[in-house]
Amino acid sequence: MDRRSLLEGLGGAVAGAALTNFLSPFGARAQGVTLPFANGERPLVRYPGKRPLIQLTARPPQLETPFSVFDESVITPNDAFFVRYHLSDIPLSIDPEAFRLEVKGKVDRSLSLSLADLKTGFEPVELVAVHQCSGNSRGFVEPRVAGGQLGHGAMGNARWRGVPLKAVLDRAGVQAGSRQVTFNGLDEPALPETPDFVKALDLDHARDGEVMLAYAMNGEDLPWLNGFPLRLVVPGYYGTYWVKHLNEITVIDHVFDGYWMASAYRMPDNDCACVEPGRGTTATVPIRRFNVRSFVTNLAEGDEVKAGAPTLVKGIAFDGGYGISDVLMSWDGGQNWSETRLGSDLGRYSFREWRTELPLPAGTHELKVRAINRIGQSQPMTPLWNPPGYLRNVVETVRVVAA
Amino acid sequence: MRNFTCSLVILVLLTQASNAKPLTYALPDETATLRPGPGMETARDVCISCHSVDYINMQPPRRGSEFWEAEVKKMIKSYHAPISEADAKTITDYLAKTY
Repeated sequence: MDRRSLLEGLGGAVAGAALTNFLSPFGARAQGVTLPFANGERPLVRYPGKRPLIQLTARPPQLETPFSVFDESVITPNDAFFVRYHLSDIPLSIDPEAFRLEVKGKVDRSLSLSLADLKTGFEPVELVAVHQCSGNSRGFVEPRVAGGQLGHGAMGNARWRGVPLKAVLDRAGVQAGSRQVTFNGLDEPALPETPDFVKALDLDHARDGEVMLAYAMNGEDLPWLNGFPLRLVVPGYYGTYWVKHLNEITVIDHVFDGYWMASAYRMPDNDCACVEPGRGTTATVPIRRFNVRSFVTNLAEGDEVKAGAPTLVKGIAFDGGYGISDVLMSWDGGQNWSETRLGSDLGRYSFREWRTELPLPAGTHELKVRAINRIGQSQPMTPLWNPPGYLRNVVETVRVVAA
Repeated sequence: MRNFTCSLVILVLLTQASNAKPLTYALPDETATLRPGPGMETARDVCISCHSVDYINMQPPRRGSEFWEAEVKKMIKSYHAPISEADAKTITDYLAKTY
């Protein structure tokens, strides 16, 4: 049995990714990883300002964080943070002094703000928040669906610093009758006919005081590929709204009907945001908040642990902003569950660390982790399915061998 | 003194202005290539005008013509890629057979 079929045979439950050398389909023998689903070979590529990351695509760049990073620290380092673009013409030259954020549309005063204006003209705020791609973990979806074939690495947790969007909107003076606010960045499509990447939030959401125009991440300028010099941070909401290289904010008096809201990033309009696997969707709504997720980070599929001795099992959990209240662990495939100890609380939008010690007897054990948030939402034992492969949050399983 | 201060301010402004230049970012080379097969040249020439071909290479294997037809259609309908009907068929057939 070769490595690939071994990994495929593991059934897609592996939390990590096997580091391997492979003859890449990219022409040269490169360092790479094999994500544990069919056609999961990916090169590891080093971009300026980044450590080697799992390259999904080159143009535009889409990079995934190797899963082991999530065991290193509760904050995801800037050089390991995932990257997701939609359009090929990404900005490769930016003059931070000439950069301006335009605020316009249904406002009393249009604004043109420099970075200095944003940094000195408003009271800064900080918030630790998870950023996660709508399609994180799509590669595990069965039946498989088209799109970015991601493992679990299109997520990260960072301390964002910036200006509340509300403060900027208040300075501009939102006019009565306004409905939504749209956000555009410096990235452009390769063809002018392709819809530009523009996203919208309802006005109340945009003015909730938490949505942020962030210019710093983990105490440094935003990394280039994470939206330098300014990006939208929408705590608890999927990454699609976190517009990078943000330079244009428009207040409108209608519901924005651009492609990236009206056609893309939509989920089934029902309680589970799911349909019967393989079926199409009828009514849809724009994707919104993260659902609850949890991961074991210190053990990977197939790891050996010492039988009889306490085995440390630890990881992370998060949700869409209600906050994690409990993380439960099972080592018998989900028959019995026990509480784990939660780590320090960095805020309700942050990864929450958890840990426990398990005295595992000799044999193979299915470790399952399940988080519950403060309003009682949790994770399904079997995966929910939707056509675009969004919102995956099934209870994850890691098989370990105690010997 | 006042003149001196003014000159200093102007000097500082000039220095800042001359220092102010765009920051740039250099992307690594694109290395992915399509698998050989009938229609590969058409697929390559058309698809790479908007994206690297790893977009294709990473898709789940052996999904058949319905899957790839939907993808090619999405490129035309949603992203307005100027692909002729004949090319669309060539590309769909190539992808369905080769991937």
